[in-house]
Amino acid sequence: MKLGAPVFAVALLLVPLIPSPYYVNVASQILIAAVFASSLNLLVGYAGLTSLGHAAYLGVAAYAVAWLTTLGGLGHLAAALVALAVTTATAACFGVLALRGTGLAFLMITLALGQILWGIAYRWVSLTGGDNGITGLTRPQPFGFDLTSPGAFYYFTLAIAAPTAAAIALYVRSPLGAAVQGTRDQPRRMSALGHNVWMVNWITFVFAGTGAGVAGILFVYYNQFIGPQTLNLTNSAEVLLMVISGGAGTLLGPIIGAATVVILKNVVSAYITRWVMLLGAVFVLIVVFMPEGLGPGLHRLWHTRSKSTS
Amino acid sequence: MAHALEINELRKSFGGLPAINGVSLAVAEGERRLLLGPNGAGKTTLFNLITGELRPDGGAIRVFGRDVARGRPDRCAHLGVGRTYQIITLFPRSTLAQNVVLALLGVSPRRWDPLTALSAHPSLWKRARAVLGRVGLAASAGKPVMETAYGEQRRLEIAMALAQAPRLLLLDEPFAGLSREERRDMQAVLGAIPREVTVLMIEHDMDVALSFAERITVLHYGQVIMEGTRGEIVANPRVREIYLGE
Repeated sequence: MKLGAPVFAVALLLVPLIPSPYYVNVASQILIAAVFASSLNLLVGYAGLTSLGHAAYLGVAAYAVAWLTTLGGLGHLAAALVALAVTTATAACFGVLALRGTGLAFLMITLALGQILWGIAYRWVSLTGGDNGITGLTRPQPFGFDLTSPGAFYYFTLAIAAPTAAAIALYVRSPLGAAVQGTRDQPRRMSALGHNVWMVNWITFVFAGTGAGVAGILFVYYNQFIGPQTLNLTNSAEVLLMVISGGAGTLLGPIIGAATVVILKNVVSAYITRWVMLLGAVFVLIVVFMPEGLGPGLHRLWHTRSKSTS
Repeated sequence: MAHALEINELRKSFGGLPAINGVSLAVAEGERRLLLGPNGAGKTTLFNLITGELRPDGGAIRVFGRDVARGRPDRCAHLGVGRTYQIITLFPRSTLAQNVVLALLGVSPRRWDPLTALSAHPSLWKRARAVLGRVGLAASAGKPVMETAYGEQRRLEIAMALAQAPRLLLLDEPFAGLSREERRDMQAVLGAIPREVTVLMIEHDMDVALSFAERITVLHYGQVIMEGTRGEIVANPRVREIYLGE
């Protein structure tokens, strides 16, 4: 198992050697979805707060970059930083509203807030382009590198996604991350021990929003387009499925979930027209046989197998 | 003498039913006080009011001279109030050491640190093991809570409170459900609490509780019906009637 991490890292670096640009693009999509799902996992898995409005932050960041670099006339780096700041501020405000409740109340408020942003994207035509969205976006050229080719964009995505994932991993292992998981399991106790439960959850909420914002920036550069359908409830539900199917509350789970969903969506849909049904069937199978998610489930299988063979 | 805890005319009702009905009491610093009373007398409610888990309907609570009646539980912890729960409230999947580390973090500014790994703070873990040693759990430090015996979990409850070096310790039935030997262990643990720590304890087991506490307050239907020394309480006919069932 010690070899796992370096092998995985080398495999990630070798992806662009795949001759088909289509699959390299799929890999980029997986990385973006993995960042998106990992950020939601902070809330769902570690804080125990199930959000059904996480597409909001991906959408805000994507719209902000699209608007700022086209109509706003800002450079790519400045636009990305402003977009992250706007997304973080949005999450800060939404967090105050959503964290008035926990459980189902939290879920409903996040859903409602996400729908409000979807409505704005759809109806405020002068700002968002309405149904047409915002087009005409070009990819950045960091240090003069051209990112138009799938391979180059993949490396760009990896260079952003890897540190983001590392930051999330560090967060959940930090003292604050331990407090987050404590408040998930015993909020009353944590409070009596001197932890400010609300603030701990709010910081996590904001960080999760910022993480989704990073995914949103990558997303909009990948597609070079943003439209209101990105803010759709189905996108929030899909990323939640990634987290739950992969394994909420584990670092690797959401990445596995993201890969599963993106591969099913892209690759399988090329062969089977009713791929949504297949996606549903796969989720049912995961829930039945690995209710803890693919990551922990496969881990369990691996260990019982290696135990029975030895 | 300065008071660790002062409660004045405290009231709290649940749906019109008074649980605490004008309670006043004062506990001196360093005192060991026993809170006695039949089930439903309002003892745990009183604890929840002191720590801010519940808001009083009226009255005042002062902890070391500070008004905490409108306070929050986390602020109360920072004032030096530690508590244990009657119903064990631990982190079952975490190890004993991890439980104590969460307690240590609760009163440390480090609890806000998102940038360093928790495992990279050896001093925290060392302190956690030392506290576990004080309650005789050093050998189980690495065990998950759910794999430990009930008596060990009771002692872990105490360890988490002690880890925070409280000045006022609220113990909610620390002997509940313990066997004879476990009771002896618990008595030793409580006996080793530093003298300067004020302890307010709820306990039904008269033998162990009366040997621990200097003064006793008897609650009945949310009211203080008597306060005095062990001898005074045991001799009081009204206490015998409602509590000892004679």
